[in-house]
Parts: sequence; C-alpha cells; structure tokens
Amino acid sequence: MAEKSSKQAPRVATGDRAILPEGASTIPVYVMGKKYEVPESLTIMKAMEFVGFKFIRGAGCRGGICGACPTVYRKAGDYKIYFGLACQTVVEPDMFLAQIPFYPANRAKFDMETIEPTAEAIHALYPELFRCVACNSCTKACPMDVDVLGYISAMKQGNIAKAAEISFDCIQCGLCASRCMGELPQYHIGQLARRVYARYIQPKADHLRKRVEEINSGKYDKMLEDLVAMSKEELEKHYTEREREPDLASPGEWKPQDTQYL
Amino acid sequence: MKIKYYPGCTLKSKAKNFEDAAIASLKELDIELEEIDRWNCCGVVYSLADDDLIHMVAPVRNLIRVKEQGGDKVVILCSMCYNTLSRANLLMKEDEEKRNTINSFMDEEIDYSGEVKVLHLLTFLKEEVGWDNLREKVSNPLKGLKVAPYYGCTLQRPREVGIEPLGSFELMTEFLEALGADVVKFSAADLCCGSYQVVGNEGVVLDASAKILNIADSEKVEALATSCPLCEFNLGKRQGLLMEEKKIKKEIPTFYFTQLLAVALGIDPEVCRFDLNASASLELLKTRNYS
Amino acid sequence: MPVKITPKTVNTDFIKKLEELSGQNIHLCMQCGTCSASCPMSENMEFTPRKVMHLAQFGLEEGLEDVNTCKVCASCHSCTVRCPRGIDIARVMEALRQMILRKNINFVEPSKIPAETIKELPPIALIAGFRKLTS
Ligand code: SF4
Ligand code: SF4
Ligand code: FES
Repeated sequence: MAEKSSKQAPRVATGDRAILPEGASTIPVYVMGKKYEVPESLTIMKAMEFVGFKFIRGAGCRGGICGACPTVYRKAGDYKIYFGLACQTVVEPDMFLAQIPFYPANRAKFDMETIEPTAEAIHALYPELFRCVACNSCTKACPMDVDVLGYISAMKQGNIAKAAEISFDCIQCGLCASRCMGELPQYHIGQLARRVYARYIQPKADHLRKRVEEINSGKYDKMLEDLVAMSKEELEKHYTEREREPDLASPGEWKPQDTQYL
Repeated sequence: MKIKYYPGCTLKSKAKNFEDAAIASLKELDIELEEIDRWNCCGVVYSLADDDLIHMVAPVRNLIRVKEQGGDKVVILCSMCYNTLSRANLLMKEDEEKRNTINSFMDEEIDYSGEVKVLHLLTFLKEEVGWDNLREKVSNPLKGLKVAPYYGCTLQRPREVGIEPLGSFELMTEFLEALGADVVKFSAADLCCGSYQVVGNEGVVLDASAKILNIADSEKVEALATSCPLCEFNLGKRQGLLMEEKKIKKEIPTFYFTQLLAVALGIDPEVCRFDLNASASLELLKTRNYS
Repeated sequence: MPVKITPKTVNTDFIKKLEELSGQNIHLCMQCGTCSASCPMSENMEFTPRKVMHLAQFGLEEGLEDVNTCKVCASCHSCTVRCPRGIDIARVMEALRQMILRKNINFVEPSKIPAETIKELPPIALIAGFRKLTS
C-alpha cells in the first residue's frame, strides 16, 4: 500500500492537504510496524497520507467530530497505550501507529416508536451491560475524554438521564469497545440512552412546540412565498444587507430593526 | 450528623424501596446519608480465585472514592455490596503484594490501603444511634408483628467480614425489638436462598427459597426482614410463582429492614415504596393498622 | 460409576493449579462430609462437595469437568465456615469454575436469556450471575 518514503522529505507533501512547511524537519514514525519519516507538524492522518496511505474508510470530517478515524499508538519505551483521533493528534517521534477504523460491536435492534422508555428495556437489549468489571479501560481509551465507566455505571443503576448526560460528547468511534473486558458495546448503549432520553424523558421545549404550531398554522407561509418569488439579485441583496446579532449580545437583548416577521 | 453512603446498583432501581425508606428514616434520626460521588458497581460477588485481581478493582475503586472525598467510614445497606466491599477492603489492608498490583493498575487513582471503615447500616445504627435511643423515637411500634430476621449468606459469611459471629442474629433481632415487633427465632435465618443461581439454575433457587419459606411458615413467622435485594427477589418477588408451582403453601411477606424502620418511625408509607414489594407486604401492614 | 485410579490418572498439574487458584490445600480434607451436609445446593449437584474434594485429591480433572457441582454452587460459604479442617471450599469451587470458564466457556449465555427475564431480574442477580457463570 505504502509508497517508498525518501529519507529527505520532499518540499511539497503529496498527501491530501499535507503541505510541508518550508524548512520543516522530519521525524520517524512507525505505521503498522514499518518506519517512515514524516514532517513533524502533521496530524497522524496527514502523516499517513504523506507517506502514501490512502484513506478509503476511516476518515470523514477531518475535524474531530465524526469518530471515523480512531487511532491507537504507543511511544517507544513506554508501556502505556495511547488513543486519539488520527485527524486531531499530531505525530511525535517514534510513535507506533495503527488505525482502528472499525471495531465490531453489536448494536441491538429496536424501534424508537415502540420502545419502552425504561432502563429495563435497555437492559433487555444489552444484558452484557452487567458484565462490566469497572476496570475503567474504556474511559482511558476514549479520545473525547468521556467518562465511559461513568455512563455505563449510570445505566447499570437504571439512570437513563445520567447516562445520556455523561455520554453526550461520545462520537461513536468505538475505541471503548475495543478495550472492554466485559465485551460491552458501550457506545451503542450510551447512544440508546441518549435517544430514549431525548425522545421520551427530557422535558419538551415549549418554544419549540409553539414554533411548530406557528409553522403549521401557516404563519410563515407568506414569508417563504416572498423569498421564493425573489430574483437571484434580490436574494443576494437581502443576504448581504441582513441584520446580524452581535456575537457577544446577551440573550434576549438584541432586536432587529425590521420587526415585521417577529 | 452526616455519613458517607454507598448505595449499589439495585438500590437505585429495583430496590428503590430499600433506599428511600432508609434515607427518610435516617433523616428522622438526624442522620444524613451522603451518597459518594462517581461510584460504580462493586461487582456484587467477591472474587475467590487467588490470581483474579481485576475483579477487585471495582470494589476498591469505590473505597478510593470514599477516601478521596474525605470519608473515613462508609455505610452500606445492601448485604452483598457490604460483603464485597468489606472483603476487598480487608485484602487491601492485609495483602501488600496484591495491594501494590491493584494500586499500580489503577494508575489514574490515588493509592489505597484499606483506610476506610466499611459499615453495614445495622452496625452503624447500633453504634451511632443505639437501640434505647431508637426505641424512644418509635412512634408507631410494630406491636404483635411476628417478624423474623433473615440474614442470608453475606451478612455473616465468611467470618472475617460478618456483622456478627456465626449463628448469632442479635443485631437485627435487637433492632426489630426496638421497633416494637415480636421477633421470632428463625432456624433458617442464614440458609442460602440460592443467590445468583437464579440466572443459571432457576429451579434450584426455587427449591432453596421454598425451603426457607416453608421453615418460616412452620415456625409461625408472619414476615421476614432482609437486607439483600437478591434475597428479597428470590424469597419475596418469587412467591407468586412458588405458590403456583405448589412449592409453598402460604405467602410470607418480605420487607427490607429499613421499610420496617420507616413504618415504626411513623413515616408516610408512600415513601417506603411498598409498590415494589410483593402485594402481600403492604396488606399485612394494613391489616395491623401500622400504615 | 467405578473410577480406576492409577499413578497415570493422577493429574498432579491439575492439583497444583487448583491449589494455586484456590489458595487451599485440598489434601487437608478428611472426607467427613460436613460441607455436603451444609450445602443448600447439594441436592441438585451431581456430586456433593465432599465427593468433589475427593476427586480433586486424586487429580481427576476430567471427571470434575463433567459434573455440575461448581456450576450449581452459590458461593454461600456454608461449607467454608463449617469445615473442621479449615478448608475454604467455596474457593475450591471458584477455582474449578474458573478453570472451565477460562477456556472461554460460558455456563449461561447473556444474549440468550429472554428479554422478559432480564427485565424482571434485579441488577444484583444479573451482575453476580454473569460474574460467576460467564467467562
Ligand atoms: S465513548 Fe467510546 S465511542 Fe464514544 S467517543 Fe469515547 S471511546 Fe469513542
Ligand atoms: S472497559 Fe468494559 S469492563 Fe472495563 S469499565 Fe469499561 S465497560 Fe466496564
Ligand atoms: S475524521 Fe472525523 S473525527 Fe477524525
């Protein structure tokens, strides 16, 4: 897969978006055991592309939010395993790298429309939850610093709200599941907790309900029709001249000049 | 007075009645149970294999939480959590080699060597409240209620963590007497209900539980007081099935000891969540005008 | 079932492993049967705890794997606290269980338990059950 790497880094990197800064020095990294010289400022993902790997899967947003690029590495002489997102973590000298784009983890079948919003229903879908031994390996693996053991504990205690809250930052990368002694698919359990919470438990936002009613009652139909009827030029003019809430305005303070649509 | 408290998973769900009754009762006695932050499941059963240290991590982590949150004691209600945490604590205190391995495995936590004292609520009540004091606070004595203490396995065995010596059921007996109940001497008080085998060998557990209930019946026990949600499930919630299968002749209401405490202290029965007990439990209390 | 015991059938490695895992000296057992009499589960065991101790003393690993004793044991410690020789038999049972479980064999399959049963059982039962009966 990999192209031969040259000792001397070329002036312009060939990997996707990997532009080598002028005069950048290179460092050795090991990808799946093979040594490569890469520019020191690159992320793991760019470094791998730089040396010729091509991400067909295992890369998505490149912004640290889609969870497609989980990566695991060790540093020479250090027993610890490190985890990160390849698109976010910057390479270090003598890093031993491997990508774990996917780790098998069972996702239970359920129907959001008919599921009982109880902890028992979640327990019945994921009985392996009760095999957790609280080793905390999952938390140590999480590149998003989610307290994975925390949300698993909450779910074991039957507290869906707490599980949903603690797991909120999870990006479904699956690294937790790759480390689990109890063979749990933690992130699927957390996701189900969040879904059940959002759908059935979290209090419904009143302003949202009102707005939906307004939309259904046709309050905004006229506005939309006006917009649709506009020419491209008119639209552009509206867009560039639009009023904008200042970034630091405290909530509820700012009002547009033109209040006809409020 | 405030005391650190470890609840355990089941007290937060299926045995909410156990916990709620305890919190309300202790409030009445001017004691606040302070739930420790970020606790995890203790694993329920203590690992018995000599090389199996990973299963010690769960209970030890909870003891570390108590220590790092400034506690020197922790009160536990559930018999099985009590047993597991006590034994893990003992291990950390006494076995230096294993202690070091466990501490270094949990490199993200502070070191621990058994500094926290693990107390069952019954022990705590005796030591900190005292039976005479408790008797005075009772406004609704359980007069005439023929109740037997049921300890099951984990309050007494093994010896080194038992809340009292083998074969002695004084703690709960004195506790129930302070509540005004007629405590029945019960010969099956430490017979095993079959425990976790309900998951693997259900039939065996039905037999073991039926045996205990039949002895209770023949010894004229009207109600059983327990401290274990697993015993309460096997002996209490399964009684309908046991009747159906004709393994027992009579239903015997089961209570958590904290529920009886709450009733005797005159706390609103709503708080005790009798809806989570088998229906016969509340009926018995009602026919006696306790609630 | 008559069992023929010869120097060849005595699996000393098994005895050693069992003693290491359990931390118990199984040769202390004098076959008094107190454990079997104390065991609330013994009626449902193919071999009573005493018999298991006996087989173990002779290193009969295969015989022990086939009987359900350690799978039915509830770790109630009734035997342990009564053994006049001070053997923690519950630990011997755990060691026997672990020797099987560690071959990646489960005594119960969590994903095969009906949803209704899981919903009904309290967490304390499932956690303890999975700890003792799954690998
Ligand atoms: S909880 Fe698991 S899946 Fe979610 S971000 Fe953390 S490691 Fe990834
Ligand atoms: S890795 Fe698995 S067993 Fe360990 S704490 Fe996380 S969920 Fe529990
Ligand atoms: S590619 Fe989306 S998180 Fe890295």
